[in-house]
Amino acid sequence: MPLSPVRRPARAGAALTAAVLGALALVAAQSAPTPARAAPPDALVMGMVLEPPHLDPTAGAAGAIDEVVYANVFEGLTRIGPDGAVRPALAERWTVSDDGLTYTFHLRQGVTFHDGTAFTAADAVFSLDRARAEDSVNAQKGLFEAIAAVEARDDHTLIVRLSHPQGRFLFNLGWGDAVMVAPESAGTNTVNPIGTGPFRFGAWVQGDRVELARSDTYWGEAPALARATFRFMPDPQASLAGILSGNPDAYANFPAPEGLVTLESDPRFSVVIGSTEGETILAMNHRRPPLDDVRVRRAISHAIDRPALIDGAMFGNGTPIGSHFAPHHPAHVDLTGMYPHDPDAAKALLAEAGLGPGDLSLTLHLPPPSYARRGGEMIAAQLKAVGIDVEIIPVEWAQWLEQVFRGHDFNLSIVAHTEPLDIDIYARDDYYFGYDNPDFDAVIETLETTVDPDARAALYRKAQTILAEDAANGFLFQLPKQGVWDARLEGLWHDSPVQANDLTGVRWTD
Amino acid sequence: MAWFLVKRALALALTLLAASLLVFGVLEVLPGDPALLILGVNAREDTLAALRESMGLDQPALWRYLTWIGDLLRGRFADSLTYDVPVSELLLPRLAVSGPLALLSLTLAVALALPLGVLAAARRGRITDTAIMGASQIGIAVPNFWLGILLVLLFAVSLRWLPAGGFPGWDAGLGAGLAALLMPAVALALPQAAILTRVTRSAVLEVLGEDYMRTARAKGLSRGEALWRHGLRNAMIPVVTIMGLQFSFLLAGTIIIENVFNLPGVGRLVFQAISQRDLVVVRDVVVLLAATVGVVNFLVDLSYALLDPRLRHGAGAGSGRHG
Repeated sequence: MPLSPVRRPARAGAALTAAVLGALALVAAQSAPTPARAAPPDALVMGMVLEPPHLDPTAGAAGAIDEVVYANVFEGLTRIGPDGAVRPALAERWTVSDDGLTYTFHLRQGVTFHDGTAFTAADAVFSLDRARAEDSVNAQKGLFEAIAAVEARDDHTLIVRLSHPQGRFLFNLGWGDAVMVAPESAGTNTVNPIGTGPFRFGAWVQGDRVELARSDTYWGEAPALARATFRFMPDPQASLAGILSGNPDAYANFPAPEGLVTLESDPRFSVVIGSTEGETILAMNHRRPPLDDVRVRRAISHAIDRPALIDGAMFGNGTPIGSHFAPHHPAHVDLTGMYPHDPDAAKALLAEAGLGPGDLSLTLHLPPPSYARRGGEMIAAQLKAVGIDVEIIPVEWAQWLEQVFRGHDFNLSIVAHTEPLDIDIYARDDYYFGYDNPDFDAVIETLETTVDPDARAALYRKAQTILAEDAANGFLFQLPKQGVWDARLEGLWHDSPVQANDLTGVRWTD
Repeated sequence: MAWFLVKRALALALTLLAASLLVFGVLEVLPGDPALLILGVNAREDTLAALRESMGLDQPALWRYLTWIGDLLRGRFADSLTYDVPVSELLLPRLAVSGPLALLSLTLAVALALPLGVLAAARRGRITDTAIMGASQIGIAVPNFWLGILLVLLFAVSLRWLPAGGFPGWDAGLGAGLAALLMPAVALALPQAAILTRVTRSAVLEVLGEDYMRTARAKGLSRGEALWRHGLRNAMIPVVTIMGLQFSFLLAGTIIIENVFNLPGVGRLVFQAISQRDLVVVRDVVVLLAATVGVVNFLVDLSYALLDPRLRHGAGAGSGRHG
């Protein structure tokens, strides 16, 4: 799911069971000196909650695909580094024409795909044209929308012409959906991915694991790991038992936050809380009165107690946000002070809108991830405290997409938007929460064609402020990345600027 | 006997037809668009339409139903919507996990329940009986997934004798495969064994009061010999009936247990396919499970005939579930 990272339905009693498990694990930890390592020192077993449906990042939105293959098996012209910045990848360097319309990419020489064929500009033309073709099934076709023409000047020079300048173009090319594929293998990448990365695909035991092996023909520095296995463990309790028993060695994002306390106090494990691109919001349907009234939306924003929410639903991990923007981004403005938790102010605003206590009754659709299910109960209680009745409706992802996202049949919903820099969703026509402000649309339109970094940052700040002033949604917190791994491992990403588990720099230290 | 077989086979075919209609109908009305699930919230309408077309979802429902049934009858399986490979390719490795798991737990359940049930009946009212009945009461009350978690805590986390979950594949060797299946099989088997123990005990007690048992004792057989030679066989009919009924619970139980133990079996496949709206996988697996239950019930009916000669020859052939 693009909207939700690796989480699963919080099951009734899951927390209790995990607490019991944690307590017993502590006892176990004292009797067991070191964990049996899952693998020899040049192999790594990574745990993941969701199994990718297939392994072609250019034909699906599932984050799990990128978590296995991005930067490991497949590479793009550019790539997004651990800090979220754009870096050269298969394009060694590039020049941009003064009007911002023509990009000349100088491709790295001596790059081969895992099947032995050479990577040339013709492959790049094929990859980009395939992604933007009429019958393309690329989940992020919009990334390529500005491209007018792609051509190969010679084997190692690629020319891309845009129909309008696009400030994010190089960033867009770093997405998993924009990786380079070969015409010979593109059709079978779903089951046998052939890329140019440091690891080649080994085996996929469906329902259990994907195995990767170090590529001998990689153009860059060879990774320290000879083998990497991604194991899929959908049950959060199984994940805690698994990591405690030494298999898997690492979780980039640990699915049982209630187990983190246990693991943090255990010297055998590193627990690293980082940030993601996931803005968690209380979405409000602007089509449904009285949610079209800014006073009502501001009242709801005043009713939310973010620190209590983060403590209760996220076990204390997560950064409060005041608009739809990641706090770690340089262009972020802190707007959390605009609607401090203030039940009296909320009641006053509701009264101003003609709503007394108990007059307003809203539904709250909650998708499966625990941030939504747990967070939803707390939000319902916080809204109740200002006189708003809330009916909680738990839904599966499939139902959420159909009813909330496509059908717009909801009042409130909690969801994390995990795409990087996705503030522009508020400018989309007829998006699910139905926000409509021409001033905001104008800012995003200017932003789209602005290339100068300072001017872009200023526009981002303006966009954030407009959303906060309009109380477009309830802005809750930035979703944390809860990494847990064997303390002897180094080189795993702390933050998650893209959904990826880049294993290039990962090694065992002893 | 032949007529009996034909009748049962027809009933099985009708059951499967009803099951296929039911699962197809439910999947039709269930909210959720597989294309939207695969491509996510940033997908454009034209991209979604292109994917739906390539998956054949733009065809009318009746046409898709008939194509599906036609393909199944010819032994052909469509491609999974999410995994992009034929369902048969997905199912075979999963059956290699779920099949042995179900067999292992059924064997364990029977191996525990029969001796304990007979022992309890033979020692009726004494301390052994009370202990066995008490233990079986607990066994019925404990949910299998909770038992599974407790087993993991003890044997995987604390003692580290067995893996906490996952399945290494049969390539890793018979021992490694069985080790991975042992705890889940025990977790599935114990609640089943508890029920079977109670059924066995009351069936044996009922038999012990029969006239032919008194006759057997009068012929000079000891209590044990009479029970062994005449009692057990007659007591088996209700036990086999319950075993047949329990088999469908066992299949349902594997869905939960496979998730707790992270086993790549049929149960987890169907669980995952439902949440992914992989209509193709769900409908094929449901029909497969329905067929399995149907075949097992058929075998149970056959076993009555083997256990009780009266059903083989008499007027009751084919109709009667006794006991």
